[in-house]
Amino acid sequence: MPYKNNFTAQTQLKLSPFFERTSKLNESQEWRRWAGYLAATSYELTHENEYFAIRTKAGLLDITPLKKYIVEGPESEKLLNQLVTRNIAICKVGQVMYTPWCDEDGKVIDDGTIQRLSKDKFRITSAEPNLEWIQSNAIGMDVNVKDDSFSTAALALQGPNSRAILNSISTNNLDKLRFFWMMETTFGNIPVSISRTGYTGDLGYEIWINPNDALKVWDLLMDKGKSFGITPTGLHALDIARIEAGLILLDVDYISSRHALIESRKSSPYELGLGWAVKMNKNDFIGKSSLQKELNHASNWSFVGVEIEWLEFEKHYREVGLAPGLPQTAWRTSTPLYYKNEQIGYATSGTWSPLLKRYIALAHLKSTYAQKGSKLMFELKVEHFRKLTKATVVKTPFYNPERKRSCPK
Amino acid sequence: MSKINKYDAIIIGGGHNGLTAAAYLGRSGKKVLVLERRHVLGGAAVTEEVYPGFKFSVCSYVVSLMKSNVMRELMLPKFGLELLPLESTMTPLENDYLIRTADSDQTYREIARHSKKDAENYMRFGPAMGQIGMAVRPILETIAPNPIRPSLSDLSATKKLLDHVKSLTSKQFEYLTKLMTMSSADFLDEWFEYEPLKATMSASGIIGTFMGPRSPGSAYVMLHHYMGDIDGAYRAWGFQRGGTGGVSMAIARSAEHFGVDIMTEMSVQKVIVKNGRAIGVALDNGDEYNSSIVISALDPKLTFLNMIDESELPPDFVSAIKNFRIRGSSGKVNLALDALPDFSCLPGDGRHLRGAISISPSYDHLEKAYDDAKYGNFSEAPFMDIILPSVLDPDMAPPGKHVMSCFVQYAPYHINGGWNDQKREDFGDAVINTISRYAPNIKDIILHRQVLTPADLESTFGLTEGNIFHGELTLQQLFSLRPAVKWADYTTPIKNYFQCGSGTHPGGGITGSPGEMAAKKILGSW
Repeated sequence: MPYKNNFTAQTQLKLSPFFERTSKLNESQEWRRWAGYLAATSYELTHENEYFAIRTKAGLLDITPLKKYIVEGPESEKLLNQLVTRNIAICKVGQVMYTPWCDEDGKVIDDGTIQRLSKDKFRITSAEPNLEWIQSNAIGMDVNVKDDSFSTAALALQGPNSRAILNSISTNNLDKLRFFWMMETTFGNIPVSISRTGYTGDLGYEIWINPNDALKVWDLLMDKGKSFGITPTGLHALDIARIEAGLILLDVDYISSRHALIESRKSSPYELGLGWAVKMNKNDFIGKSSLQKELNHASNWSFVGVEIEWLEFEKHYREVGLAPGLPQTAWRTSTPLYYKNEQIGYATSGTWSPLLKRYIALAHLKSTYAQKGSKLMFELKVEHFRKLTKATVVKTPFYNPERKRSCPK
Repeated sequence: MSKINKYDAIIIGGGHNGLTAAAYLGRSGKKVLVLERRHVLGGAAVTEEVYPGFKFSVCSYVVSLMKSNVMRELMLPKFGLELLPLESTMTPLENDYLIRTADSDQTYREIARHSKKDAENYMRFGPAMGQIGMAVRPILETIAPNPIRPSLSDLSATKKLLDHVKSLTSKQFEYLTKLMTMSSADFLDEWFEYEPLKATMSASGIIGTFMGPRSPGSAYVMLHHYMGDIDGAYRAWGFQRGGTGGVSMAIARSAEHFGVDIMTEMSVQKVIVKNGRAIGVALDNGDEYNSSIVISALDPKLTFLNMIDESELPPDFVSAIKNFRIRGSSGKVNLALDALPDFSCLPGDGRHLRGAISISPSYDHLEKAYDDAKYGNFSEAPFMDIILPSVLDPDMAPPGKHVMSCFVQYAPYHINGGWNDQKREDFGDAVINTISRYAPNIKDIILHRQVLTPADLESTFGLTEGNIFHGELTLQQLFSLRPAVKWADYTTPIKNYFQCGSGTHPGGGITGSPGEMAAKKILGSW
């Protein structure tokens, strides 16, 4: 069983500062491209254990490929408040806000988190490059926008044991760190910045460090985390967790309005289920007037959770003499949704939830069909033939444990 | 807790099947009371902190057979059901090992190291058994029809079953017939040649049964273990986070969500029968509770010979229940460990400790272990199915420490001279000595050891003779014969008295199935 195969390889892709460790741990040698980086798909031969680490122990993910920008200067709050749909003026030092940002037509460009590092300093994370967009909107303002992507390394530690692991290493205790807040602390003499954020919908943290400290921090976490079940975790497991959490993914669930070739590919925050993050009562921000119009007329599209009903799903497979063919990993192929004979939307990602024992998907639906409880038909391929099978619109997040937001008493 | 004088249904026993039946009845609006004798719920599916900081799945330790519709209908994931994958099975040998993992190519290569023929057949065996499992499932999911003076619904169920049997392919029919009649050793000999592989696979044919791998009928028990699926994958084992008690607690929370009252430390003494009808229960503490119906989740011996006066039952039925085979064959040893066991054949704390560890090097090992039991002794070198729950779920033990669960066979209930404290310790020693042949450090890392003999399983968990399945899974007491002909549909000779434990169709294991089907039968004619 333990094969001691070593190999070296060449790559044209960028390597994360954690690669020296992750490349040795990746037993499947399955990698994916993520923003030009080599990122582990799964460390073990199957991703199951990594998924359960996120939900029952702690998964450790290298999230260095995220884009990171530092916005600094007296007018940084003003700039960001114009740029994004959330109200940055009320974001306190040490607080983090998740927000989308839009173009003038109110169509989403990207989404990410904004950390307020000090009164006049913020860190923005995003999926795609946004430097030019931020800078062009900062013209004439007293701010400095810097691409920090390569000068900050980042890890996500996600799962119910993540707090205990960090407490065993961190100089400062994390018990009082609330959901979407952050703190500066040290691991021994290494300065680290920890935000209680993540992409799993579970208790979890993201750790922001100097790349020079990357290996030391990785080793500390793996060593202290061992007795808490820390598990290096790849993108296969993360993808299942983020769908369960109802979290969207750029280029999978929506397309950036800056890259959409045709108008119909663009989505407003309302059409992505992000209406809660649009603050109409704040001063002017990019896209506000268009979004106001959309608000007055109601959006054409909605973004919803869908559950594929088990009994009929199973029946389709029984009819051909097979056990139900559940997807082994999360899928990302656009899949039609029907009401009677009319296509009224499409699912953009879906997965079998190993924990919830439900087949779930995220979908764009014409708003008239998007009410909770609406019955739809989901297109399914069974032994090469297309079938329609029953599905229901359900609320997201599909999985939302109390520990995600709670603090120890 | 609300105090109601009259319930629609009282369920005796808060094991997982009793709770399942309660949840289904509650879900249909019935007012239900569950009475559990112990201070904890779950029956044999229970987690207890036997030694401070160490949680043991005291009896039942893995989950595979839990029905997916029960999980769905009772919303168990919402109430705490969390099944972690148990990925591998390792058979340690004196100078080698055999390990089967979740990766089929890896498993192929590993078996091929011992036998190329077996490796290829193994790739076909799983799917073939999966298809058989699928073919048998509808039979298991049917309320067993009464073949004696059948009612209309019995006839229609029988016809459905016959139609189903006719729909089987000839291969399926052949395998099914063989599995129903052969010994697991004979059946596996048709497929494989490598002894440790065959012996380990045959072991699921003896679990909970007073038979050896060469005893005819053991192949069916193996099939019973193949019936489980997790997420559509047949023959997948799972470990409940926090131990198997978590499954029972999830069902209990679901039941409470549906308005069921659950009381612990309430020991039922008798079912109150008036004019041939059950009308309530009398407790050891003198309390009485009335209800329209009473359902026993206990095993058939307790259900009929203990809860009811023999005089209330037809004599032929009494003798059928007396003849119901419920021989205990296994014990359980739970260990609190200071460190992980280090197997000489595969040292270190690698991936192999994350799955099952099977002490089953050969048919002879198993058969000799059975020989000891046949003549009234526990096995000197027993078969064991071991897992290390703390490797899968670190919360089971303090950081860096571990718990080890050893299912041990054989330990006969009727042991020469009877079970006593000395015998229990001797049995524990035999177990540890056997493990130490493969993991020599075991003796140095034990912080606490809990040894459960069949007599302990009986006295603590109410399992007659310590039989984990509420009666052996042998052909003569399955389906329409479980527990007795004419009374396999969850009814009993006493009106308004029903049964829903593992001693009813389709039998033992954490399935929820008897509880579910009993409730559905009862609701169908309420």
